[in-house]
This record gives sequence, C-alpha cells and structure tokens, in this order.
Amino acid sequence: MAAPAASAAPIPAAAPVLALAGVGRAFGPVEVLFGIDFDLKPGEVHALIGENGAGKSTMMKIMAGYLAPTKGRVLLDGAPVAFSSSEEAEERGVVLIHQEFNLARQLSVEQNIFLGRELKRGPFLDHRAMRETTLALLAELETPVDPAAIVADISVPEKQMVEIAKALSRKARVIIMDEPTAVLTRKEAEVLFRQIERLRAAGTAILYTSHKLDEVARLADRVTVLRDGRHVVTAPRGALSEDAMAEAMVGRELSNLFPAKAEPASAAPVLTVENFSVEGFAEDVSFTLARGEVLGFAGLVGSGRTELMEGLVGLRPAHGAVRLAGRPVRIRSVEEARRAGIAYLTEDRKERGLLLNLAMRPNLTLLALSRFGRFLIDRKAEELALDKAIAEFDIRAPLREIPVGNLSGGNQQKLLLAKTMLADPDIVIIDEPTRGIDIGTKQQIYGFVQRLAAAGKSIILVSSEMAEIIGLATRVCVMRAGRLAGTLSGADINEDAIVRLAMGLEARRANGNG
Amino acid sequence: MADATTTRQELRKPRRPAVNLHVVGPLVALAVLIVVGVLLNPNFLSYGNVTNVLARSAFIGIIAVGMTFVITSGGLDLSVGSMAAFIAGLMILVMNALVPTLGPGWPVILIGMAAALVFGFLAGLGNGLLITRARIEAFIVTLGSMGIFRSLITWLADGGTLSLNFQVRDVYRPVYYDGILGVSWPIIVFLVVAIAGEIAMRHTAFGRHCAAIGSNEQVARYSAVHVERVRLATYVMLGMLVGLATIMYVPRLGSASSATGVLWELEAIAAVIIGGTVLKGGFGRVWGTVVGVLILNLIQNILNLTDLVSPYLNGAIQGVIIVLAVVLQRQKKAL
Repeated sequence: MAAPAASAAPIPAAAPVLALAGVGRAFGPVEVLFGIDFDLKPGEVHALIGENGAGKSTMMKIMAGYLAPTKGRVLLDGAPVAFSSSEEAEERGVVLIHQEFNLARQLSVEQNIFLGRELKRGPFLDHRAMRETTLALLAELETPVDPAAIVADISVPEKQMVEIAKALSRKARVIIMDEPTAVLTRKEAEVLFRQIERLRAAGTAILYTSHKLDEVARLADRVTVLRDGRHVVTAPRGALSEDAMAEAMVGRELSNLFPAKAEPASAAPVLTVENFSVEGFAEDVSFTLARGEVLGFAGLVGSGRTELMEGLVGLRPAHGAVRLAGRPVRIRSVEEARRAGIAYLTEDRKERGLLLNLAMRPNLTLLALSRFGRFLIDRKAEELALDKAIAEFDIRAPLREIPVGNLSGGNQQKLLLAKTMLADPDIVIIDEPTRGIDIGTKQQIYGFVQRLAAAGKSIILVSSEMAEIIGLATRVCVMRAGRLAGTLSGADINEDAIVRLAMGLEARRANGNG
Repeated sequence: MADATTTRQELRKPRRPAVNLHVVGPLVALAVLIVVGVLLNPNFLSYGNVTNVLARSAFIGIIAVGMTFVITSGGLDLSVGSMAAFIAGLMILVMNALVPTLGPGWPVILIGMAAALVFGFLAGLGNGLLITRARIEAFIVTLGSMGIFRSLITWLADGGTLSLNFQVRDVYRPVYYDGILGVSWPIIVFLVVAIAGEIAMRHTAFGRHCAAIGSNEQVARYSAVHVERVRLATYVMLGMLVGLATIMYVPRLGSASSATGVLWELEAIAAVIIGGTVLKGGFGRVWGTVVGVLILNLIQNILNLTDLVSPYLNGAIQGVIIVLAVVLQRQKKAL
C-alpha cells in the first residue's frame, strides 16, 4: 500500500519526485544554505551527509515544509511548490521522520498512526478499521508491537517503526529520515535497512542522513555531501570511499581519527569493583581500573552497561564491593561519588546532562558548584572557568549567554565534558561520548579522552561504536545480558572477538560489515 | 553554523541582543502605572498613599517571594492563603491562652510570633514531605491542604471570628502601624525578605539548584543536586514566610476568620508570574515578583483613588495583566 500507482521500477531512471533548485536559506542575517541543487528520484535511497551545522537539517526541513526557502524553488513532480506547512507536505506525500520522534507519548501506537486523520464511521471513530489497518502496517514492517501499547512504553526502534508506519499510512512517496540509526543497535539497524530496501523496491524515494559512513556506503544509491551550507559533491554508489566521504565533509584530510594508544603507567588498580549488582540490570560484575587507563565497556544496547555505571555513582540502588585505591567505599549519591573523585558523563546529554534552557555558565558549574564559594557563588570565578573551558575544549558558541539547547550536538558534548572535568574527578566514566556528533568533533573528543588518560585520569569508556572502543581502549570489558561476558586486552581487542562475547558464544557471527 | 567560530573576545561582549521585553516589561508596566496614578490623582505620591500601598503589598509580597522559589523549582503551593488564616487563628488562640498566666505583654506576643513561625514550618514541611517523599503532585497536595487549613480555621472559629485579647492587641498594634523613620514594620520586613530572596536566588547554590530542578529534574539529579532536599526546603521556606506574613497581618485587624487570606494564593502566584518567573519552573526572578506585587496593588489603589473605572473591575484588569505577562514570556522563548 506504500507504493504509488507508478510502475515500481527498481532502477531509478525516472524523473525526480522532489527537487531543490538553487535553494538558499537565511536566518536573519546569517545564511546557512547557499544555492543548493538536489533531487530525489522514486525508488532511490539518496544519502545526505555533512558535519553538524553543515545545513542538513535546514535542507531537510525545507524539503518537508517545515521551513520556506529564502532563495530558489522546491519542485514536486517537476512543478514548483510552496508548502505552507509540514501538514501540507505530508498531504502531498512528503514525510520527515525526526531524530527525536514526533509521537504523542501518552497515546497508543494506533492512535499515533491515525493522529489527525482518524478513520470515522459517521461522527464516531471507527476503532476496528484503524486497528486492522495498524496491524497490517506493522506486519508489513515486521514489527510485533501491540497497536494498543502506549508509545511511552515501547522501545526506541519500535518508535522508529511506528513513525515509518505512520508515514506509510499517509501514502508517503518521499520519506526523509534524519539519522534514523543514531539510537539503534546494529541488530535493530539491520531491520531498518531491510525496511528501507523494501520501500525502495516499492518505489518510495528516501532521503537518508547518518553520521555512520559505512551505512551510507552500503545503503545509498547516491550520496550528496554538504559542507558549510554548500553543495560539495553528489556521487553515485561506489564512487566515493568512506574516507573520501569523510574528507569531503570535513574539507581536510582526516589521517588519524584516533590518537596513539598509551599503556597505563602502572597496573595498580585505583578502582576495584567486585560482585557488583544493579537490580534488574547488572549482576555480579567485577573489574579493575588502573591509573591512566582507558577501559572500554562494550556490549549491545540494553546489556546493562549504562545501568551498571549509574549504580556505581549512586544513581541507582546497587550492592557489591567497591574499593578506591584499596579502601572500601560506599557511594549512595552522585554527591558522594563526586567527593570520592568519580564522575559519570551521561549518554543522554539533552535529558540528563545539560539544562537546555540555561546558558553555558550555570551548566558548566552545576556539578562542581560547591567549589565556587561557600555561601555566595563567585560569579567572576565562574566566568573564568567558562573562559578556560571554552579554550580547553574548543567550545564554539555564537553568544555566551545563548541557551545551550541552541548549541550543536558536538558543542553540547564538549560542554558536558568540560562540566564533568570541572569537578576534577580521578575516575571518569564516559557513556556514549560521540552519539550524534560529526566526525571532526569526534576526533577532538577522542583527543580529549587520550589527553585525560595521559594526565593520569582513569577512564571508563562505554560505547556502542566498535571503532571507538577498539581505537581508544587498552582493555575492553564486554557485557551481555547484565553480566560480564569477558575481558579483552592488547591484540585480542578486535571487532570479531567483541561481537562474539556480546552476542554469546553460540550466537552466529554478526554481519562483519564495517 | 558557519559563523560559530567567533573569537573569544567577541563571545564576551554582547550579553543581550537588544532590549529584552521580558526583563523590561514588568518595569515599564510599573512605571506606566505610577505615571497614570500621578496624572489621575495628585495625592498619589503622597507619603500616606505610598506607605499604604507598600504596607498592603507586604503580606502578599512576603509570601510571593517564597512562592518564587517553589515555582522556580517546578512546584506550586495553592495552600498559602488558607495556611495564613489557619496560622493567624492558631497564633491568636495561643496568645489568648497565655494571657492569664503571663499577662498582656510582649512575652505573650513573642511566643505568639514564635508559634506562627513554627506552625508555618510544620505546614510547609507537611506539604513538602507529601510532595517529595510520597511523590504526589504539588497541585493535588496543596489543593488538599488548602481545603484542610480553610476548614480548620472555620472550625476553630466556630464559623465566626477569633479575636485577639484587647489588651494584647494594644501592645501588638505598633508592629503593623509603627516603624523606623516613618517606614512601617511590614514594609521593612518585606524589603529585607525581598533582598535576602534576591540574593538567595541569584547568588547562592540554593537558588541555582532551584532553577536546575525546575529546568530538568533529571539533569539536576545527575549533577549531584539533592533534588528532594532542595524541593522540600522551598516548601518549608514558603511555610515560614507565610508565618512571617501572618505575624505582620494579625496586629492589623486583631482577628482571624474563615474569610482571612482568601485568594492570597492566587495573588501571590499572579505576582510571581507577572514578575517573569516561568510557571513551569527553570527560571525565577525575585525582584520581578516584588514588581509584580506592586503592580497588582497599584492597580487596585488607582481604581480606589479615581472614579474613572469602577473598583469592582479590579479583578478584570489584574486578569488582563496576568495574561499579558504570559504572552511576554512566550516571546522570550521564541527568541
């Protein structure tokens, strides 16, 4: 039912369904897009890549009717259109699936899919017809979700599928996906890729953005690179290697994403964790951490890594033995963890890391506020700390007083790192430090991590990005279903070994791609 | 964005993009009201009228300063008006009961004042514990305690009025009517509370933590803020400020009844919102609250002094101001 009436030719030879001609966009005096030409054909996956702030979001929003271009034209089926709203664009078959989903959290899956266009029989809702259509859509997408389930209760990949089902129910001819895999595990992403391929075969035009270049190389029929609001190149499948894509995005050669690894100076553990359990999430986990070490924690999303770390810093009830430099400690709150010299950098910078409506200064000093005066806060000292953080972590903001929600993801992450380091911890637990961040900033963050380790800080790096763990950690703990499946070190740290441990030994080898 | 690479020097300079309506709005409104007042009645700026307006503002003002912290940290307290009536009633009962043993003098009044603060503390603690420990919504808890306090004062007064012993009243009267250098005590206390509140909000960890909790409780928790403790503290502080306001209020009439403090909670909340504090929490401004209280009281005062508009329309005009204030807040968000 997704396919338009057009003959579903698998080879995209048809005329573009949606195109931009010389499109530019300015916000006040600031121009963010310059003369973009772009087109999307039925039955193709067209990837759009670029660093954070390159103008991808603006471009997608223009295509989906959320923003109007200040220059140039949007063409639908070759004819100029001016969508007055995203609703109108959806009406015409162009749907944007947001990275942060646009679902009503308290409504059911079914209610969400039909939101705003409920099926009716007379003046009343036709529950049965909606239920049946929803079931059919979800079956088509191989998503076994109960249509009556409340959206707040379903998993992130399920939400993604609901968004796609919603788009399909609106007979979408063009689906624009904003980093759909940023929040998915590899396995969940595979399901999504299958769906994308199915949609492509059915003749849907798909615009796809991602920071994961291996996915782009694998999925996209064409790739368009944006840099600083300008079109850099559009190339067909196979014409650009992943390295070439990265270089086109950054505009310089990215020789070495990861700094050289250094073995920790001493093996004496600063942190010893024994038989540590966080109820419902992690059981009997034991590990040690040496001074100056980067210890990786790998595993599937949901394997209990985050909850284990939250238990360690007192954010969740937990039990087990924790020793700091041999001395037993009990940590029941973040404040106690801070005093013990342990800091946790959350994976969720928007909901748990930063106060998005406040400026950088109060955000920076929130964790270490007691160091800025016993009773009255020393504002000058705070400003100085912010100066230092901006310089040290290369935080780029148009204005100091701007709410941090307006900063790019990369700059938010740098600010979060600066905030955590301001508490001067000896042990830093960093959870998913580069989620949704462009490659240039990633490289910087890897540099910071390595520098901190070289300065004698001990670091636990939790990440779902294999390359990150392999590139930074000197030892890797792999978790599976709440337990420590194994620890790897030295030459044993490779993707194959990690995946085997993460999936359980008997599991089939995961797709070795990338 | 392409221009994100501003140099550090540029970063430092422009603190505010232009005239910020959100900041200037309440001040402009206050100035306009004063000008209107002067034009309509030459006695508007007379010593008598100014003192009258300020003294009347003091009760709600003291409460509203406490309310600013509660709202900034994402809470709400609907019970303050009933709480004030209840505390006033208890205070009068305590003082009357002590007159036979201690005689009508300052010892009785001091004990009465201490009792008011203790009752305020306990009332705030009760609200706060139900909200933070039992995790019931602030709206529900304080809606409940609003009814409870109001009912208790009606019961204590047996449907009528509780009157303070006449001799004690004579001794106590100066607390409302006298002052230093012509400034009456309620005004002085209001001023002290407002200044202390402004400092606490802007320059202490407590104020910063209130804003952090109201902005995003999770982030606060992950940043080593004791969320429950800070939240409880805002309700306890508000309770004690209600007690303090009652101490200033009782000598004015020397009585308490079921009609005491009716709608104070709404006036206090309105003052907080007019002053620019965000109702959903995350941003609070004590000086704004003070301006808000003055705006509300000036409107009433001007209507009473002139006969252009019926004073019965006071509520309507205040209502328009409240809605306007929220519209201004929205503009700030769109910035």
